[in-house]
Amino acid sequence: MKTVIHYYFLVCTLFFTGACSTGGNQSTSEETAASDLTDNTPLGQASVVDNESDANILQVAIGSADHSTLVAAVQAANIEHVLVNAGPLTVFAPTNAAFEKLPEGTVEDLLKPENKQTLTTILTRHAAPGSYDIEALKKEARKGRKLYMATGDYLNVTLEGDDVYVGGAKVIASIQTSNGIINVVDDVILPKSE
Amino acid sequence: MNMYKNTLIIIAIGISMAITSCNNGGSKKSNAGALSGNVAERVYVAPGEHDEYYGFISGGFSGQLAVHGLPSGRLFKVIPVFSVDAEKGYGFNEETKPMLETSFGSIPWDDSHHPDLSQTNGEIDGRWCFLNANNTPRIARISLSTFETEEIIEIPNSAGNHSSAFVTENTEYVVAGTRFAVPVPQRDMPIEEYKGNFKGAVSFIKIDQETGNMNLEFQVLMPGFNYDLGHPGRGNSHGWFFFTTYNTEEANTLLEVNASQNDKDFIAAINWKKALEYVEQGKFQEMKTKYAHNVYDESTHAASSEMIKTVKVLDPSQLPGLVYFLPTPKSPHGCDVDPTGEYIVGAGKLAAALTVHSFTKMLEAIDGQKFDGEAYGIPILKYEDVVAGVVQNPGLGPLHTEFDGRGNAYTTFFISSEVVKWKLGTWEVVDRKPTYYSVGHLMIPGGNSRKPWGKYLVAMNKITKDRYLPTGPEMCQSAQLYDISGEKMELLLDFPTIGEPHYAAGAAADVIAPKSKKFYKLEENKHPYATKSEKDAKVVRDGNTVHVYMTMIRSHFAPDNIEGIKMGDRVYFHVTNLEQDFDVPHGISMIGANTSELLIMPGQTETFAWEPKGEGVWPFYCTDFCSALHQEMQGYVRVSAKGSDVPLKWTLDGE
Repeated sequence: MKTVIHYYFLVCTLFFTGACSTGGNQSTSEETAASDLTDNTPLGQASVVDNESDANILQVAIGSADHSTLVAAVQAANIEHVLVNAGPLTVFAPTNAAFEKLPEGTVEDLLKPENKQTLTTILTRHAAPGSYDIEALKKEARKGRKLYMATGDYLNVTLEGDDVYVGGAKVIASIQTSNGIINVVDDVILPKSE
Repeated sequence: MNMYKNTLIIIAIGISMAITSCNNGGSKKSNAGALSGNVAERVYVAPGEHDEYYGFISGGFSGQLAVHGLPSGRLFKVIPVFSVDAEKGYGFNEETKPMLETSFGSIPWDDSHHPDLSQTNGEIDGRWCFLNANNTPRIARISLSTFETEEIIEIPNSAGNHSSAFVTENTEYVVAGTRFAVPVPQRDMPIEEYKGNFKGAVSFIKIDQETGNMNLEFQVLMPGFNYDLGHPGRGNSHGWFFFTTYNTEEANTLLEVNASQNDKDFIAAINWKKALEYVEQGKFQEMKTKYAHNVYDESTHAASSEMIKTVKVLDPSQLPGLVYFLPTPKSPHGCDVDPTGEYIVGAGKLAAALTVHSFTKMLEAIDGQKFDGEAYGIPILKYEDVVAGVVQNPGLGPLHTEFDGRGNAYTTFFISSEVVKWKLGTWEVVDRKPTYYSVGHLMIPGGNSRKPWGKYLVAMNKITKDRYLPTGPEMCQSAQLYDISGEKMELLLDFPTIGEPHYAAGAAADVIAPKSKKFYKLEENKHPYATKSEKDAKVVRDGNTVHVYMTMIRSHFAPDNIEGIKMGDRVYFHVTNLEQDFDVPHGISMIGANTSELLIMPGQTETFAWEPKGEGVWPFYCTDFCSALHQEMQGYVRVSAKGSDVPLKWTLDGE
């Protein structure tokens, strides 16, 4: 719980910092950007306090030490609310080690406010509507079905022995959450053309 | 000559109304006051914020209980209690059908009147809400954790269960006084022989403090008057219960005239602790009767109904000290006890004044044998020796009184459409405010307990007329919220209600909200047909009966393809919602099913029965927009001819 509260404040701070710049872009009257009552709940559904229900994708990710880079990226992109939505959603969650495989400086660059849109696109490319655990993914591979991602891309699902790969990343484990599945992957899934 | 007298009263009322309405007339369109002041702010609950109080407003002829927030007036939930509710499957699914069983068979409707909240030491404790059914006498207990009806008990020897469902200050008992006197036991007899032969039963239902389960412990078989309303003593008067009576004339026809003859009717003071002694001494009659007791079990998610055959009955004419009558003018309706338990307010519907009795004086009068005769062996106390005071000229048509805990009482007046504030002890009227229109009950959260939250008052009106945009001949009924924290009452808000907002109970949100259940734990689900994982989903044939063990989770059913169902089968869909996440219900319905949808909370199992009407392939789908892939949450059942050899088969994604 402490961790959750800690992140909550961190995220609030991030959000308000972000909100100012967004406001400036959108509004015609710069500083006095019209504030309305959505300001009361800046995190949307991610601010719901619920210690009884099964943990959702965001809560599970926050609780995983191996995913601190991913969580930081999600928070930098302000898309926490997407990961607590009713879903169902399947998230391919690269480990910290997976992010470390990227060229040096990539993550730092992506976390910069001016790269928020790029970061959002990359993260969204790790999410698929529906519930696909590792068994379901194997079935996808056997049936030759591609996985439709939230960005609109289709990713190949392939089998190598007992291992299943999505967009080239190996699925290490599947975790059932209240609103979908987290598949832990050992690579960040980047568009092939890039 | 009776008619002549009534005409005079009506003329008198007419004149007074004319005078009153002149006073009111000036303020009708002065909404500039609201705009220039902060009235809107005081009822405004910003998006994402919570109301300060819960209001449980009965639905009257809807048979249900509505949960509103105060001060906003927002409607949160309609809890089905005595009427079927297709939206929630209540009374339609196999699990809740037993809740509506009675000794008359299954009944899909009733008229719910008086919610009352459980108390501990005279304070609202947030455990249960009790509610009476007026037409076919019953009391329901609603859990304030699940906000579902958990139990309904029928009240035998009664008709028109009106003075109900009020609880004693430690929730030892909930009471039910009959509005109609009837032959007890029921028998074929001439109606005109009512007088002296009909009886009025007052029932005491014991509450199990752990489970809340209701048990009709005994009835006091009173004379054949009409028992209108009641409230328990509290503090010093704890152990007594007070009921208003009217029609002490015992008229059986044209009561509007014939029941208005006596100058005074009674408030009946029943010493229920004394009654318990008599029960323990065996001084009761075990009477044959028949009444249903229906209990919903949260662990099996299903109700069962039991028919009980006997009731213990006490005869007050033979049991000294059990009941006394307090003379109270003109058909008293409301019977309200102040937070200290000293004052008992009787509001004579036709009386020009409000009568307040003193509990201390009543005990002294009993000790001093200050009797003014008796009625059917029950001593009548001398009016002068029990009355504490009279509120003179308070208004027209007094009905109900609640209290703010600061020494003030608030009484509603139906005919003059107003709420009147007066002081306990001095009996002076200190303020009055109009209502729109024809107010019945009023509610101050905790206002009939030892500790009212004296901030808001909700007036519940019978007539709406021009208060809202018109919706054809039928207008919703309405409630009005007043701020009573200052010397003068202030009208803050009108809000619409379901059915007839007959009476209400309220409590501070923090007494109830923290205990509200979020979902049912799957591991605690003891439904005999629960399916706790997709692997366990199956279809089982037993002759012409087929049981489908089905699960639902975002965003599919398991199984979702079923074959081998035949014409003439009765198919039970036992559907378990596998979600363990707050606020993720799923629904299900099948084309042509002669019943409602199921609306299944996380961790819950519910059942509907389906008899296919034709061969073919028939779809079912999720009826509650559950998720992004809600529209994909669907399935098919193949129905073959009666003698067909299509094997029973169930699959999800071909497996």
